[in-house]
Amino acid sequence: MDFEFIFTYIPTYIEAAKLTIKIGACGIAGAFVVGIICSLIIELKIPVLRQLVQIYIELSRNTPLLIQLFFLYFGLPKVGIVLSSKACGVIGLIFLGGSYMAEGFRTGIENVPKIQRESAYSLGMTKKQTFWKIVMPQAVATSVPVFCANVIFLLKETSVFSAVALADLMYVTKDLIGLYYKTDEALMMLVVSYLVILLPISLVSSWIERRVRYAGFGNTGSV
Amino acid sequence: MQDSGIQVLFDGINFFRLLEGLWASIRIAFTSMLFSVVLGLFLGMVMTGKNKAIRFVCRVYLEVVRIMPQLVLLFLVYFGAAKHFGIDISGEMAAVLVFTFWGTAEMGDLVRSALISIPKHQYESGYSLGFSKIQLYLHIILPQTFRRLLPSAVSLLTRMVKTTSLVVLIGVVEVVKVGKQIIDASRFENPKAAIWVYGAIFLLYFAVCYPISKLSTVLEKRLKD
Amino acid sequence: MEQAILQTVALTKSFDASPPVLKNITFSIKKGEVVVVIGPSGCGKSTFLRCLNLLEPIDSGEILLDGKEISSDKKNIHKYREKIGMVFQSYDLFPHKTVLENVMLAPVLVQKKKKEEVKKEAEALLDRVGLLEKKGMYPRQLSGGQKQRVAIVRTLMMHPEVLLLDEITAALDPEMVREVLQVVLELAREGMTMVIVTHEMDFAKAVADRVIFLDKGEIVEEETPQEFFNYPKTERAKKFLNTFHFEALEI
Repeated sequence: MDFEFIFTYIPTYIEAAKLTIKIGACGIAGAFVVGIICSLIIELKIPVLRQLVQIYIELSRNTPLLIQLFFLYFGLPKVGIVLSSKACGVIGLIFLGGSYMAEGFRTGIENVPKIQRESAYSLGMTKKQTFWKIVMPQAVATSVPVFCANVIFLLKETSVFSAVALADLMYVTKDLIGLYYKTDEALMMLVVSYLVILLPISLVSSWIERRVRYAGFGNTGSV
Repeated sequence: MQDSGIQVLFDGINFFRLLEGLWASIRIAFTSMLFSVVLGLFLGMVMTGKNKAIRFVCRVYLEVVRIMPQLVLLFLVYFGAAKHFGIDISGEMAAVLVFTFWGTAEMGDLVRSALISIPKHQYESGYSLGFSKIQLYLHIILPQTFRRLLPSAVSLLTRMVKTTSLVVLIGVVEVVKVGKQIIDASRFENPKAAIWVYGAIFLLYFAVCYPISKLSTVLEKRLKD
Repeated sequence: MEQAILQTVALTKSFDASPPVLKNITFSIKKGEVVVVIGPSGCGKSTFLRCLNLLEPIDSGEILLDGKEISSDKKNIHKYREKIGMVFQSYDLFPHKTVLENVMLAPVLVQKKKKEEVKKEAEALLDRVGLLEKKGMYPRQLSGGQKQRVAIVRTLMMHPEVLLLDEITAALDPEMVREVLQVVLELAREGMTMVIVTHEMDFAKAVADRVIFLDKGEIVEEETPQEFFNYPKTERAKKFLNTFHFEALEI
């Protein structure tokens, strides 16, 4: 193993990792917002929009990110829409992640037992009050683990960005292998970089999941 | 009237070639899935066992799969294996290896959680009726986990099909690669080919994955206890 | 004649296309009265209470609160529910709120009362059911019996005109049944108007002014508890009451 080589290229990897994180963070934040909006549209049964959201969710969940990116990056310029690699990355991630976030959140809403709504109604609360004060807080709490899983999933998905010429970790690695044949060194730094980014997030999310499951206010209605 | 470029899809055998490429992707996904299910069942049972060391190794394995992007794993096998073992592993083989490695972990975890969700008294009453361990699993435990497993396994298959798109990046000739070839070949006579070809691939993936995910949802509703 | 608080006239209710769960139920309850509804499982008791609380749409008939038809007025549905309190079989406390927050939520949110006032009242009521020291806890930290007592307090906080209790002890361990029923008995003594669905026959005898025996969606008997439990008139009621006596089984 050529350690000199490794040290020389550590800054390159750090730069690439920063890019991955930056685009990942923007994409995930966007996906979160899109997800919440979509799940509210479905939950509140807003006509027309609801059908559109449903189509979007199916399209997004049943196609690979790579193809979505290719379409954005190589396809759209042909009809005059030219997007930068970074823009493609963020938009692609939002398009993909939005549906996963929406599904997670909708499941959270569905998992609030019916009796919770009914007892709120029987106390004279309106539908709106019941939704915002009783259903939403519980839905948010139960969907936290799903959100965490989605964050990890989306960060992993960023690995395909190299295909649209984003100088991310995969891109740098492929470059180094192609230019210098330093396969081992490049691959090792690649693995370490992803470990450094994702392991802490994975551990934190496991911790949150345990907390929500055991110590949170859950256990609704169980005897 | 300006040329929209859509005819690129119908030139000669272009569309047929895309379908052929898609078939390569599907082949990879289904082969890997088959291996994953078999190995995953085994892994799941091992993980519910008592041996702490084995359980620890399994956890590490699961964690690796959980946080390493599939593309990184593909690179490791494709570039790494070729160099170290001197075997020039084909892209398709590397893909099946990696997808099986990933799928086995996912299946194993599903099997494990399905197994531990079976109440203890099911095991106890089985044993008290004089069942052997193999009989117990075969006749009592596994049939009960099956209903829980099937929907998630089917949805894992969707993810596998989607992830096959990555193998173009290690040079496997599948639908995306074929698409690129078509775009390159028609660069001059049809400069707008890209949007149609990628659009078509997008829809092809959708056409394959959508029925599978629908099936998973239907199964989930049906098999709910 | 004293005006009935809550009334139904020829109430009929069915789910989907199956035969009606409730057939032609005409019923009324006066202020301060306690009516116990009993009957075999699946006879429509719970559905009846849920209809009274407008949680289930009805097919035909009327529901009157203070003489006013309420079942068709969807717009003010929450206004009516405010006056008709209900406690369910499963502990339905809001899991994301503490005991005190649970009982204070509706008065503050729905009736727009002042927080301090509500809090004072909430603490007084919690004290009465012996749960004042639990006020800061979350529902999952309570036993079933404690949860159910909090659920009763939560409903009482709205000062309902009628209280509907739907098998509130059915999901409880036997030793917790008493602490909950005790609270209900006290409410009855204070003159709370209640419609109670229960399987606890001794409790029914003790608390009821009137017993309604429901079977296959119809009111089969309507009597004082003394009459009903000692001299049931119909075969169906006799058969039902016998299921509670083991010595009655003939060998």
